[in-house]
Amino acid sequence: MSDDLRELYQEVILDHSRDPRNFRELPDCVHTAHGENPLCGDRLDIYLTLDGDGKITDAAFKGRGCAISMASASMMTEIIRGLDMEKAKALFERFHDLVMGSGEADISLDEDDLDKLQVLAGVRQFPMRVKCATLAWHTMNAALEGDAVASTE
Amino acid sequence: MAALEKHSPARNGFDTDELARIRADFPGLDQAVHGKPLVYLDNAASAQKPRAVIERLSTFYGHDYANVHRGVHTLSQRATEAYEGARESVRRFLNAPTGEEIIFTKNATEAINLVASCFREGVLEAGDEIVSSLLEHHSNIVPWQLAAERTGARVLPVPIDDNGEFLLDRYRELLGPKTRLVAVTHVSNAIGTVTPIAEIIRLAHEQGVPVLVDGSQAAPHMAIDVQALDADFYVFTGHKVFGPSGIGVLFGKREWLDRLPPYQGGGDMIERVSFAGTTFAKPPHKFEAGTPPIAQAVGLGAAIDYVNGIGMARVAAHEAMLLAYATERLSAINSLEIVGRASRKAAILSFNLMGVHAHDVGTIVDHSGVAIRVGHHCAQPLMDHFDVASTARASFAFYNSREDVDALADSLKSVQEIFGR
Repeated sequence: MSDDLRELYQEVILDHSRDPRNFRELPDCVHTAHGENPLCGDRLDIYLTLDGDGKITDAAFKGRGCAISMASASMMTEIIRGLDMEKAKALFERFHDLVMGSGEADISLDEDDLDKLQVLAGVRQFPMRVKCATLAWHTMNAALEGDAVASTE
Repeated sequence: MAALEKHSPARNGFDTDELARIRADFPGLDQAVHGKPLVYLDNAASAQKPRAVIERLSTFYGHDYANVHRGVHTLSQRATEAYEGARESVRRFLNAPTGEEIIFTKNATEAINLVASCFREGVLEAGDEIVSSLLEHHSNIVPWQLAAERTGARVLPVPIDDNGEFLLDRYRELLGPKTRLVAVTHVSNAIGTVTPIAEIIRLAHEQGVPVLVDGSQAAPHMAIDVQALDADFYVFTGHKVFGPSGIGVLFGKREWLDRLPPYQGGGDMIERVSFAGTTFAKPPHKFEAGTPPIAQAVGLGAAIDYVNGIGMARVAAHEAMLLAYATERLSAINSLEIVGRASRKAAILSFNLMGVHAHDVGTIVDHSGVAIRVGHHCAQPLMDHFDVASTARASFAFYNSREDVDALADSLKSVQEIFGR
């Protein structure tokens, strides 16, 4: 098996995809959005609850897709819980750069959070799969922006 | 019996030398991907090109190229002869009565849209019905939905069973006094089902209803005879029959092509233009406005000549062997489920590995050099029927070998290794 494949399908990613965390609906939550990748048909819903200060108090998702998109969504819900919504958006930018192998977002973030996301960096070697990794994040961003639907296209 | 067994489908393909010669005609097949020999099993999406096509394009552009039809100079005459010669090759390929009934489009999708755009007010009224099926590619669904939206008509899908068979009985029930058109596929692009198309057409004609057949997935695999089928419209695309992209074909019975209004306005499709009014050229030119895809048509002609040189009956026999062998090899893999088990199938095999998404399968086998398609195959109603989001699909052409099947089966083992199943 190639190193690229081994890096893409790390045990952490396989674990999250087999047993996704926070895989449930949050009834009555205000911040929700539906994400879809029209090319492959992957789809998921993101649910967020925020407190009065704009801090994400809970994050969950439901949907179906490949191991990369499920793992990415699962890890995202774990990491953004407790984050200020502006921080979550900034993390999305950083994550986007990470998987695209580009630019640097200019905001200070918890390096632990970024480290956890580092396991998804392997997707860089698979340009056709980058959108699998970013679907959940686009959808989270849409939920925070008040958009009902996000698409990777 | 012993003689029959010798010629069982599993042994009825090309012999080793002949297959090697055929493969040598396709330069695209001779390369390594991720350090492994390419195993190209994405033919239902698009096929590789033989040298005959590549060289024909080069010669045409390098020697015979000019615009067609109106020029009096030598190159224009050569180009026109080549373009119209390709139309004649296509006519013979479909056994159409006349070349006037062969219209060049940019692909099968445009060919369907051409007919759909002509089914407008006057032909299609509120409450009318178009019968389609769950086996269709989106390109044979959406144009009809748009036509229905414009007119207030409805699109009714014929259901299929769990094997992916077209349900003739249900189809009979859907045909009625409001049916204006039947638009169905000859072969399912996603699961390979060969529909009982002759019977579908016969039943529609009993009700006086015309039939459009999407032959995109049939044309690469079997001999087609639009007269024997009595199809009113038959479409296919060039790039799946080893020709260039950017060229498709619409066959339409002359009576229909005379009746339908023009598709697009422009040069070449007119008889006489004045601001007082314009009269239109006769088919096929009536439906070929503007400079057509000239070289693409010529390349398609070369592709058809190449395939005819092998013979569609032998293509079909070789592919039947490949499909039987692939079905046997893949069925032996634990946790692999074949999607679509119709009694008659073209060499298209859709499957899922339990607990593994098709996209992950596609990425992993690509690293073994194996090219397959994963996703919904532009057939979401069909995916919904089988309650899957996607499948992995191996689709074969006559240049594929048993070794290609072996490579696919072996590469699926590495998927299971990674996912621990």
